[in-house]
Amino acid sequence: MREIRLLALEYLLRGITVFVRGYTRMCMNVLVGLVGSDESIKTLRRTIDRTREVGDELTVAVVEKPEAKRSQTEMTEQAETLLSETNIDAEIITLEGDPGSSLVDYAEQGEYDQLVIGGGTLSPMGKIQLGPITEFVLLNAPTTVKLVR
Amino acid sequence: MVGTRPYPDEPAGPFPSPTTTFDDREGRPIEIAAEADFADALDDVVDMYAQFDPTDRAQGIPPTGEARIRNWLETIADESVNVVARHGEDVVAHATLVPDTDDPQAIEDRGDVEWELAIFVLQDYQRAGIGTRLLEHLLGHASDIGIEQVWLTVERWNNPAIALYERVGFESTGTESFEQEMAIRLE
Repeated sequence: MREIRLLALEYLLRGITVFVRGYTRMCMNVLVGLVGSDESIKTLRRTIDRTREVGDELTVAVVEKPEAKRSQTEMTEQAETLLSETNIDAEIITLEGDPGSSLVDYAEQGEYDQLVIGGGTLSPMGKIQLGPITEFVLLNAPTTVKLVR
Repeated sequence: MVGTRPYPDEPAGPFPSPTTTFDDREGRPIEIAAEADFADALDDVVDMYAQFDPTDRAQGIPPTGEARIRNWLETIADESVNVVARHGEDVVAHATLVPDTDDPQAIEDRGDVEWELAIFVLQDYQRAGIGTRLLEHLLGHASDIGIEQVWLTVERWNNPAIALYERVGFESTGTESFEQEMAIRLE
């Protein structure tokens, strides 16, 4: 009887161990890159959702894209608002220069498990279109890249 | 409206107007017709895409599964311009132009808007000369109803498709990404 109890306790402890391991493995150090488009807002919202669920470490990088709908300053302010609304503690940085190149370069310098960017727009026809920044990031990033649709 | 894409200075064409009938390279009688009311042809076009081999999809279209196919076609149906190729009762190829505007109801002059082109030919009917004829007749029909600017994107490695578009007068525009953007000006 006592042996059975010990066995149960051992299984219980093992169970907890497995759970803790699983949990720590799910947590990632994530860098999300934003250009200032509507897709950027969607990408940040989705990334925040995941961060809240699994407790990722999050860094938000706002790149320089002069033709974007939102300026770098506006995008940074919106990101700050979204993060504070959801109580997510994340560093926001702004990157100067070519958007794809500066983002990949920053990701390469840090210890990131995943780089998250917007995953393309839809044409009037409904075709998925990936822009030149997305292509550059996919072909040059050393980390796993996640495209948010 | 000022266009956002570069177009060739010189118009291409003239292109033939639908309706036409011809025998394809396999000797099958094919009829190409413009669909004044796309709703009438919708069921037949859904049937065609339901048979379409997904390995020939491009940039996510056509979707797979009849419900998603119908939803996609209904979304673009109202303001799109459509030409279909039939073998008997069956639709075997479909070409469409969709206006690039947030408010299709507000189009006063079709020449003021840029139109996105897509064309799909059912696998059993490819390499039979149907795609070229269908494309030419879509452009002829477009020109007839006042459309001047047509653009498309094609996966950069899809050389046969790019060659077909170039043959009828499309020119590559300067985009640098996975998709090659091409444009044509009509008379």
